[in-house]
Amino acid sequence: MWDHEIRAMASTHAIIASSVFMATVLPAVFVPGFSVYGTHLVWLYSVSGAVTAVSVAVFWLLGITPPTKKHTLGYKLSRLFRSCLYFFLSCLFFHSVVVLYGAPLIESALETFSLAVLLTSLTTLRCLCVLGPSVQAWIRVFSRHGAMSVWDTCLQITVACTVVGAWLGAFPIPLDWDRPWQVWPVSCSLGAMIGFLTGLVGAPAWIHYHRKQLTYKSK
Amino acid sequence: MKIRSSVFASFVLLLEVVGIVLFLRGFFPVPVKSSLASKSQLSEQPLEPLTGSPPNSSRLPPPLFKRVVIVLVDALREDFVFGANGRTHMPYTRHLVEKGSSHSFVAKARPPTVTMPRIKALTTGSIPGFIDVVMNLNSPALLEDNLIWQAKTAGKRIIFYGDDTWVRLFPKHFMEYDGTTSFFVSDYTEVDNNVTRHLDSTLKRDDWDILILHYLGLDHIGHISGPHSSLIQPKLLEMDDVLKKIHSALISKEAEGSLPYLLVLCGDHGMSETGSHGGSSEPEVNTPLVLISPAFRRKAGMEKPVVVEQVDLTPTLALGLGLPISQNSVGRVIAGLLEETSMRDQLRSLHLNGHQLSCLLKDSISNYEKVLGFEQFRVAEKAHGNWMKLYLEGNTSEVLTNMGKKVLKQYLEALAAMSSALSKQLGKYDMYSMIVGMVFLFQLLLVLLLAMPEALCGAAVVDLPVLSAMFSLPFYLLCLLLASVHVLVCTSAESSCYFCSLSWGLVFAAVAFCSAMFCILISMATRRLPLGIKSPLKSSGSGWQLSELDILLLVGTIGHTLSLGASSFVEEEHQTWYFLLNTLCLAVFQDVCRKYFREKSASIDEEELIFTSKDHPSPVHYKADAHTEKWLALATPPFSLLCCRLLRSLNHTGVQWAHLPDVGHWLNSSEHKTVLSFLSAFCLVLIYLLVQRRCSWVSKVALALGLIGVYSYRAAVGNVLFPWQHSSRTASKGTVEARFVYVFVLGILFSGTKDLLRSQVITADAKLKSRGLWEIYSGLVLLVSLLFRSHNLPVLCCSLLIQTLMAQFIWKKLHYDAAQTTIMHYWFGQAFFYYQGNSNNIATIDISVGFVGLESYVEAPAIFLTALSTYAGPLLWACHLICYLSSERDRSPVALGHGCYCLALLRSVPAAAYIVLVTVLRYHLFIWSVFSPKLLYESMHLLITAGVCLFFITMEQSPTSSKS
Repeated sequence: MWDHEIRAMASTHAIIASSVFMATVLPAVFVPGFSVYGTHLVWLYSVSGAVTAVSVAVFWLLGITPPTKKHTLGYKLSRLFRSCLYFFLSCLFFHSVVVLYGAPLIESALETFSLAVLLTSLTTLRCLCVLGPSVQAWIRVFSRHGAMSVWDTCLQITVACTVVGAWLGAFPIPLDWDRPWQVWPVSCSLGAMIGFLTGLVGAPAWIHYHRKQLTYKSK
Repeated sequence: MKIRSSVFASFVLLLEVVGIVLFLRGFFPVPVKSSLASKSQLSEQPLEPLTGSPPNSSRLPPPLFKRVVIVLVDALREDFVFGANGRTHMPYTRHLVEKGSSHSFVAKARPPTVTMPRIKALTTGSIPGFIDVVMNLNSPALLEDNLIWQAKTAGKRIIFYGDDTWVRLFPKHFMEYDGTTSFFVSDYTEVDNNVTRHLDSTLKRDDWDILILHYLGLDHIGHISGPHSSLIQPKLLEMDDVLKKIHSALISKEAEGSLPYLLVLCGDHGMSETGSHGGSSEPEVNTPLVLISPAFRRKAGMEKPVVVEQVDLTPTLALGLGLPISQNSVGRVIAGLLEETSMRDQLRSLHLNGHQLSCLLKDSISNYEKVLGFEQFRVAEKAHGNWMKLYLEGNTSEVLTNMGKKVLKQYLEALAAMSSALSKQLGKYDMYSMIVGMVFLFQLLLVLLLAMPEALCGAAVVDLPVLSAMFSLPFYLLCLLLASVHVLVCTSAESSCYFCSLSWGLVFAAVAFCSAMFCILISMATRRLPLGIKSPLKSSGSGWQLSELDILLLVGTIGHTLSLGASSFVEEEHQTWYFLLNTLCLAVFQDVCRKYFREKSASIDEEELIFTSKDHPSPVHYKADAHTEKWLALATPPFSLLCCRLLRSLNHTGVQWAHLPDVGHWLNSSEHKTVLSFLSAFCLVLIYLLVQRRCSWVSKVALALGLIGVYSYRAAVGNVLFPWQHSSRTASKGTVEARFVYVFVLGILFSGTKDLLRSQVITADAKLKSRGLWEIYSGLVLLVSLLFRSHNLPVLCCSLLIQTLMAQFIWKKLHYDAAQTTIMHYWFGQAFFYYQGNSNNIATIDISVGFVGLESYVEAPAIFLTALSTYAGPLLWACHLICYLSSERDRSPVALGHGCYCLALLRSVPAAAYIVLVTVLRYHLFIWSVFSPKLLYESMHLLITAGVCLFFITMEQSPTSSKS
């Protein structure tokens, strides 16, 4: 039914996934002493930077973002500003949630905040790209039966996968194996990354197999 | 047979308790040795291995020492003496260790590192099982063969001063004794002065042979403030002075020609980094052992102490005093001590030790010939015979010495092998009882699971086909089969088994029960089967869907059960619960947001319609209320999250992060006493405000007075300050204040019970009933606030606050059903169990609670109070669940039944799974230190939940009685 959209979605996701792959491989070539565990924060920033840049570019080119009513420069600038603000606020939100989950408050604040940045660039940024900076739309999409297009469903799946991945990633921390990936926040960010990639692969596949059942009521 | 689901659930839980008790009895076998009461006799000692003249051959090595003084310092850690600080903490001892004629060792204690099992190990030389921890508070006389008995029989005169556990273990063994009780943990000076005050007079006298001193002060300091506190050094210096005093007295007494003295300094167990003990971490296990005697060679300098087992001291002391080694000892003599004696005596001592070990090996292992050490011992004994032959022939050449050395080495190897084989053997399980207990538990769990659709339906009535099962042929066949299996197992088992030793009536009841359960299971499953085929069609129509919250609750319950298989997750179980609880709060938050943001547009229209039609007097007012209510509801989950985060840093438990500084320690340090006083006063006021809302005025007054009593109790004990009193008064036990609070607790409970009875018997008044319930709950809160340490009062406070807010704004407004509410209560209860500082380790149980308001140790109230304060979190949440569900009666009349059933299910799933896990992992390295304490916690929790479920039944009784 939505063959065109699904194809577009699959190719978009392939591009994003390959950007993640490149963001892991390229620094290994250029930065001396780079490793995912050892210099974890560098990897974290490079991946979140790459995902941010590629998603913004791809979604802008595709033009999924709801068309704006006004085309004035001031309006566009205010949208951009609001997006940046939401991005930052979402970082703070994730940071405080992670602290509530038991991350040390002061001791490794940088690591915690980096994890928050990663989670934001994997989840909130997509929302910003697809839905624009409007809280109403976000609440609509993330409430029950709120999806109004294939892209909304895809957004739900990827965000849920990422969050669940990060959640599951916290489980190995108390084990006494003393592995490098048990160091805070490596397991959580790896979990989030794996969840995100699963979501990228899973969302088009799921939509493809359920395309007969999917019905969207329009506004 | 139709029964209500609450009755069904409670009965299942009670039977599960029976099953788990049977399992525990098999898992912690009380060491039944072939000869419990028999003791080694001097006359039964083996002959010296040589071919020839009998009068010579029964010769025993002469005793090495005339007098022995044993100074046992409770919780003396190895590094207190041998570590870097040893030189400043215990200068004299350190001097003796480095330069004096002494031997020093690191003696490894076996877990459980608790005092009584350690004393038993030191005196009998055997390794007591884990069950001794449970018996720790109640030590009957030691019947096994032991060193003290042997010494007394040999006519040695023994004097004992110190921990009265010894006096209870060895009644009538001591010529003179003075026991000090070890339960007032806050007292660390009197206990030791009571020991030391006898010292001067005793040391002057000559009428004793063995003097045992057991000092408790160090252990108490450890419990109060940990191994790095400023109190440690003065205490160690005091111990050092005691040692110096004894040593100089012994030197002055020493006469030419007679045998020398021996002075032993040892610890029964160590102390962890937090100051507790009971586990198996390195600092808890390693204790110093210093033996001082002029018979030893002088040391030139500090050597690294050799590691020995704690039980090795027993045979060493026995041989040193010329006593027979106790029968059940698995220790081997410390060869270093015998160095200065003749080769013949050395070999003879090792031979005696080896013979005793080989006898024990024969008794306890069926195929003892296959044990490596046994064969080695035979070989060594033969070589010993050859050596003796040469020796008696008068050969004094180099050959003899070399050969002797070789025999010695052979003996030592054999001893080591036999000793380790025996230590392994001691962890033997009674598999038959364990399996029977497990089968019980699993049948009950399956019945519980199969009854789920009926128990959670609108009627909440379970139909158990008991009679049809009892009169069916398979039941009788199964009975016969199981009885024959029982006979077969019991006649063929070579080791003793608890279930076989039960009387026939009990066994038959168990067999009948087992087969009846099996038949019931089968018939229930067949009844369910056609339904199971039909149900998908039905469910797809009715649209019974799981919400995100349901999925989370299910996944959390199952995930937690699975996580118990890893020792780290058992140690850090609190992390699992905190994590799940946080997720739960976030999920609830999402639900609240959805309700208030998504449905806003739709619902407001409806409400306005209602207002206009009903002509509500003040719609504006109502709307403003709705507005504040909305924001309060939205704020509740984040507030709970914040509370949980703060409580998490109050007490760090577990193993990996337990050493990190936490707020509890900060509050307890003496500099922050004012902060603690303000905090506890604030908490008590808040508790009063939260609890008094639904009480009658009499209870309100009683509650207020009781809470003031709690504060004055804490002030009397010395934890907090009175504003007008500047720490001039010395700390007392606060017995009067605590009893004052008990009176009010009883008063509130009485008035609550009276209300309940009136509501049930005279008038079926729902309001009266809920007030009565709430009063019982508030009585419990008052009792818990008395028992909790003052830095833990915020835990109680937060739990009350969260309960109030959640009940008001979340559970009622979001229409969660009884099952969901029960699971949430259970999770909160679990998390609060850990917030109050508990862990899955025996060491974190606060036994000092058992003495609140008591002058001396009385068993029943002490155990009751300790259990209550340990399980205060789960208990309070379960009680709140009862209050909440019975107040929700008008919405769903069977809510209590559903809640009770869910609680039973939630408790029995992890218990049953854990039993299987423990059985599978019974040879795991951490079985005694990690898994067994958790097993005890699980079974205790099961017992408490069974009690709560019984309370559920009594609460549910009324609707039927009022209707009829």
